[in-house]
Amino acid sequence: MKRLFPAITLILVMLLTLPALAQEGGPNMPTDDEVNAIAKGLYCPVCENIPLDVCGTQACAQWRELIREKLSQGWSEGQIKQYFADQYGDRVLATPPARGLNWLVYLVPPLLIAAGVYILFRALRAWQRPVAPAMPDGSLAEGQDEYVLRVEEELRKRP
Amino acid sequence: MVANFGFGALWIAFLASLFGIAAAVYGVRKNAPAWVDSSRNAMLLTFPLLTLAALSIIYLLVTGHYEVEYVAEVTSNSMPLYLRVTALWGGQAGSLVFWTWLMAAFASAVTLRKWERDREFLPWVVVVSLVTLSFFLVMIIFFENPFARLWSVPLGQPVKAMFPPAGAELLSVPDGRGLNPLLRHPGMIIHPPMLYLGFVSFVIPFAFAIAALVTGRTDDRWIRITRRWTLVAWLFLSLGLILGGRWAYDVLGWGGYWGWDPVEIAAFMPWLTGTAFLHSVMIQEKRGLLKHWNMVLIILTYALVIFGTFLTRSGVLSSVHAFAQSAIGPLFFAFIGLTFITSLALLLNRWNELKSDTEMTSLLSREALFLLNNLLFMGILVICFWGVMFPLVSELLTNEKKTVGPPFYESAAGPLFAGLLLLMGIAPLAAWRHSTAKTLGRAMWKPGLFSLAVVAVIYVTGVHNPIALLGFWLSAFVASVTLYEFWRGAMARHAKSGESLPVALWRLAGRNRRRYGGYVIHLGVVLMAIGIIGIELFQTETQGTIGQGEQMNLGRYSIKFDSLSVFDTADGRNVARAVVGVYKDNQYIGELHPRRDYYYESQQPMTIPGVRSTWEDDFYVLLVDWQPVSTAGATFKVYHNPLVNWLWLGGLVFILGTLVAAWPDRDPEVEAIRARRPEYAPVKA
Repeated sequence: MKRLFPAITLILVMLLTLPALAQEGGPNMPTDDEVNAIAKGLYCPVCENIPLDVCGTQACAQWRELIREKLSQGWSEGQIKQYFADQYGDRVLATPPARGLNWLVYLVPPLLIAAGVYILFRALRAWQRPVAPAMPDGSLAEGQDEYVLRVEEELRKRP
Repeated sequence: MVANFGFGALWIAFLASLFGIAAAVYGVRKNAPAWVDSSRNAMLLTFPLLTLAALSIIYLLVTGHYEVEYVAEVTSNSMPLYLRVTALWGGQAGSLVFWTWLMAAFASAVTLRKWERDREFLPWVVVVSLVTLSFFLVMIIFFENPFARLWSVPLGQPVKAMFPPAGAELLSVPDGRGLNPLLRHPGMIIHPPMLYLGFVSFVIPFAFAIAALVTGRTDDRWIRITRRWTLVAWLFLSLGLILGGRWAYDVLGWGGYWGWDPVEIAAFMPWLTGTAFLHSVMIQEKRGLLKHWNMVLIILTYALVIFGTFLTRSGVLSSVHAFAQSAIGPLFFAFIGLTFITSLALLLNRWNELKSDTEMTSLLSREALFLLNNLLFMGILVICFWGVMFPLVSELLTNEKKTVGPPFYESAAGPLFAGLLLLMGIAPLAAWRHSTAKTLGRAMWKPGLFSLAVVAVIYVTGVHNPIALLGFWLSAFVASVTLYEFWRGAMARHAKSGESLPVALWRLAGRNRRRYGGYVIHLGVVLMAIGIIGIELFQTETQGTIGQGEQMNLGRYSIKFDSLSVFDTADGRNVARAVVGVYKDNQYIGELHPRRDYYYESQQPMTIPGVRSTWEDDFYVLLVDWQPVSTAGATFKVYHNPLVNWLWLGGLVFILGTLVAAWPDRDPEVEAIRARRPEYAPVKA
């Protein structure tokens, strides 16, 4: 058992330094940009509303290294995000996954807006009675003339 | 001593508010003008009292009385004088006092200026203002006291209390923790007062609306009285939002200006309803329609103002449960609920008196298009509100927090913003009352054709992103419609009166400042839209570690890492400052100095970007990390933000337009009323 310890420590140290070494230019190591592309869509539970790619805390830097590690192991973006969601809950995702109660977030706004459209439509219908052609198209004249009329009126008002 | 004095001033202001409310209600009910006048005096008294309270805090901040907990929280010995003064709104307790001070100032201004003119409304305006004021004073006095001090007790930890517990002595505190470094920025110093000014001034139109409902004077008098207040409120709110965006861009170091953070949305929601209100009151003024709706909008705006303060001040955003445990949260919640329900009840009570005078006659009339505009604003509001509320609902029901981030808001609200732009192009061409497809088409084809030509040119230059093309088309369309409106008006005047074109344009705008100020605002929105399309759709970024003398590329740009120095400053910062050379198409164009400041006192780092800004784009460099031996390398994050400067230019034009629309002029109404003042004289009991 006692011998195992240094061995494990050694492996851990190697694992931890691996990304740093790879950064120096290892051939298959993911670049910062590849890491950030995924980190952009993740939020750590501590730094509220700050996406992982721009968060400056130590914890977030470790998460980014974790992403790099997973990428180098050939994980896909979906798998990595799912990994973080499994570990820390759905709140790490930029938007709640569409299932269960979360559907509410996607359904409530369209339903309310549709209700608004309906109310507006009803109101307009109710207001719009058949009116006598008090202002038939002709007397309205053209947009231009309406303009001139208004400006003339303003001129008349001038002291 | 000063702390006791300030606390006393708060208490007297609170008692004066309570008295004012009671006196106003009693005076109106018993038709006793002396009581009403007394309530007004109580209202006027709150302003000097709260000024004293605010000055007391400033005195404590400036002289470094760190035994006062608030002072220790937001200032420190190393902070310069101006930051110590502005620390008044640097923390929770102080900013609440600042809020009440502004509220008292505005309410006093209203009662001073228009007391004789609007005697029937003003007792109720005083009541609404004082109810709001006393709510905030309860918050301050009982829960967030800025004057509470730290006392050392013989046994145990220091105690925070206003007055000394038995046997306790004032704790001697040599230095404070200092203001959050993120807030030590000119933008952050002006941004909160602007937002608060916006918030507080929206209380005034609300108060008049409630007064109209209570008194039964439900014509559009209240709207005419508060027109300028509403514009001023809106001006400050817009300014606060724009400054907040600029601050985020300069200070937060993520290459953006708006992150759909709940705190941002909290300030954006009253702006949305306020904007809808500004448009829809015009329908009531011109056509006597939508009286109910305008009431609903102003009630909503008030509720959202309080809700916004609640969201940012109660801790509810970090956790629903933290909110339930804090005293301030449930109280806020109860206040919003009570005022909202009371307002709606008053509205329902007058429902039948608020029937429209006339009818809507055409679906293409300007009033119908304004209604569509209102629908879109309310749609965006629903998205924002629900996006902020859903994580709380989820936490409450399932105990699991959720993140509702930018992708949700962008995809949901994006089409609605596009719809608003389209309406901004069509509505100014539609006439009130009667508009047909034919007249609209006739007015629209020239700007329409021109904007399509603009898009064709943009397409040829290599922009093929369909969303960007749509956005640019809408921007070009609105811009050409708006400029065409100016042109047509000025030409008509020029032809009629022989004035030179610039004079004609000037006088035209002067004649109808609300209309032409509104058009300038629309032009500002177009410029902002161009900037937003640029940065949202075409922003590129890269990150990498480079050694000294090495280069890193992003598109046509590259940076060369020259040097890095790390040093301490006199004001308690550790600064790491990199020098990078910037090249465009391999041509040297200058040097940037991205930095990372670490504040020892508050143990917070701050990332200051190095930015090269032109009308074409911003080149934005962040220092992310560095090796102890700088020759070994440093990590940079580099953003290319096309067109983002148009956003700030648009913001300026926007504010300019609002100033044009809101600038006070000789009010013919005032003159007329002055002439027949006896009619408005107080009724003797």
